[in-house]
Amino acid sequence: MKAMLKTTLLATVLGFALPALAQQQITVVNFGGTQAAAQKKAYYEPFEKTTGIKVVAVEYNGEQAKVKAMVETKKVTWDLVEAESPDAARGCDEGMFDKIDYAKIGGKTDLLPAAVTECGVGFFVWSTVLAYNGDKLKDGPKNWADFWDVKKFPGKRSMRKGARYNLEFALMADGVAPGDVYKVLATKEGAERGFKKLTELKPNIQWWEAGAQPPQFLVAGDVVMTTAYNGRIDIANREGKNLKMSFVGSIYDLDYWVIPKGAPNAANALKFIGFTMMPDSQAEYARQIGYGPVNSKALPKLDAKVLANLPTAPENTKGALQFNVKFWTDQGEELEKRFAAWSTQ
Amino acid sequence: MADTSDLQRQLAAAERRRKWRAFSLTLPLLIFLMLTFLVPIAALLKRAVENPEVANALPRTIAALDDWDRKATPPAAAFAALAADLGSLPDSSDAGTLARRMNNSVPGARSLVMSTFRSLPITGTPDEVKTQLLAKDERWAEPQYWQAIVKNGSRWTGDYLLASVDMRRNAAGDMEAMPEDQRVYVRILARTFQISAIVTFFCLLLGYPIAWWLANLPTRTANVLMILVLVPFWTSVLVRMAAWIVLLQSEGLVNRGLMGLGVVDHPLALLFNRVGVVIAMVHILLPFMILPLYSVMKSVPPTFVRAAVSLGSPPLAAFFRVYVPQTYPGIGAGALLCFILSIGYYVTPALLGGADDQMLSYYIARYTNVEINWGMACALGSMLLAATLVLYALYRKLGKAELSLG
Repeated sequence: MKAMLKTTLLATVLGFALPALAQQQITVVNFGGTQAAAQKKAYYEPFEKTTGIKVVAVEYNGEQAKVKAMVETKKVTWDLVEAESPDAARGCDEGMFDKIDYAKIGGKTDLLPAAVTECGVGFFVWSTVLAYNGDKLKDGPKNWADFWDVKKFPGKRSMRKGARYNLEFALMADGVAPGDVYKVLATKEGAERGFKKLTELKPNIQWWEAGAQPPQFLVAGDVVMTTAYNGRIDIANREGKNLKMSFVGSIYDLDYWVIPKGAPNAANALKFIGFTMMPDSQAEYARQIGYGPVNSKALPKLDAKVLANLPTAPENTKGALQFNVKFWTDQGEELEKRFAAWSTQ
Repeated sequence: MADTSDLQRQLAAAERRRKWRAFSLTLPLLIFLMLTFLVPIAALLKRAVENPEVANALPRTIAALDDWDRKATPPAAAFAALAADLGSLPDSSDAGTLARRMNNSVPGARSLVMSTFRSLPITGTPDEVKTQLLAKDERWAEPQYWQAIVKNGSRWTGDYLLASVDMRRNAAGDMEAMPEDQRVYVRILARTFQISAIVTFFCLLLGYPIAWWLANLPTRTANVLMILVLVPFWTSVLVRMAAWIVLLQSEGLVNRGLMGLGVVDHPLALLFNRVGVVIAMVHILLPFMILPLYSVMKSVPPTFVRAAVSLGSPPLAAFFRVYVPQTYPGIGAGALLCFILSIGYYVTPALLGGADDQMLSYYIARYTNVEINWGMACALGSMLLAATLVLYALYRKLGKAELSLG
């Protein structure tokens, strides 16, 4: 009886202890929605299958305050965070993230130059584009000048609430060449010019805040055209909608993986980054959602139909503009405050 | 005679014991409130005036700039002190913190500080250091960055609080109004109050008749109907927001209904503007108006109005001159509750409003989460707190009544 009790006890203890030893896991934080679903298919599930490390996905909306609070109080529960480029750069400056050892994630030779930064590894290219509903507009807008043309295309337009991107679009609508946009915007007169152009459109703007909103607005007929993340439009079209986008004057940028300083499973997080940077994973992500791979070896794996929808396709990058991280980390707070002042006038 | 004083003593002792017992019973709550309410508020107020970043990182530079005229490019000694200060920062994150704080004062200072920090060490005589720093980034010749260092040289600052009322200190240290294109928060505070007042007004307009009706029904029926008031009250705010979006969008139920009835011929803009915000906020806050009104109305004896009518008053006049004044405590409590809850609203305007319907909380959240400028967030939070306290004081003064929350 006693022996049996002992064995049972032992078995119970082992039963609890063993999985804890065997089952490693990492907590990955993403932006949620359709993008999270694509990451699950392309990254989390294959990674779990190959390594046996469980991926726990958490959603957030880019609030760096949470990461900062964790790092400052040294109670970090997140292992890997998806961050937008200005946040990755600022957080790196302020010591919130670990520095990346590129030797451990498969090197940087095949990666886009913009993907390689001190603390952040860019893992896909996304773009803010002009989008409209092909069912409602047969001959739709081609560029930002059309977007501003309320005579030719009457109705509401939707834009992301804030100064970022919108000032660039306004300047392009006002005739500034994509290559000169940030040069113009850096001057006092340039910013003035951008806000003045936005004022023209102000009565016709309906603001969006979450990436899921623009396709909904287009489908519901709330707006005739909108700025939108190209991947969200792509997903809506897969669900049978007929939304069109124009990459002319679009702004592309990367999202980055960052490891918060003091992450409990930093080594596994690094392993995970390495996995997501492999050509196969990169290609699969592009198949799941129309965001461009950063690994050049992923491109030959994709067929022409998928490639044509990516912001990295040559015909799409032609008239496009790369987001200027340095400009926005420097001027962002001031311009956003000015945007708030502008919107109350 | 001795008996009385003895009795008095005993009475006083009993009274003291009673007081102590009452105090010790409320002690856990008191400690709880201290920890969860007063301490965070104190921390908030402290953060709003705290300014340690520059003083910690650049002590020698601040000393070297002591007798600078604040106009021309500073002397070479200041450049040397800056290079020495940056060079002795223990970690790159300290440079990042400094860069962030400097960028709050002068946009662009972030990249200037970080690029300079990365190009260290810079050594030599002060003049050599100056030449090298200027060669690395000529922006160091502009006095504005040095002015920002001097301005933030002390550990405590009123700058965040000044900025929250659209004021600032200029290079010489005198207060002045912000330039026109940077004036925001006074207008936003006014907007916050305006939206709250409108919401409170509609809550009263809609809530008063319902509360009156409920108070005059038989208790059993009133209890059943009260559930109808409370069910939405118990539903998550986000769920109700989502429902309003579905109802109010341009091809939503309301617009289609109106168009079907031929009331309007094109969809009304009900969403992402002030109308949507007010509708949803009134819906959410209505129970906070109805409940205090109801509890006050329950205690109003119906005989008073009957007496007035039997003495010859027209029923309507009796209602407004006899009944309504007796519900003033309920109106005051309900209105104050609605108003104070409204001025802190964040989710509803963020989801249902446009760019010019955002209230102060939106900007507090923005500074906390997006800009990570917690000094500014705390200053705006202090402003909201002050506004609430002033309102409450005003209510006490005008109402001359204790707050009755039912």
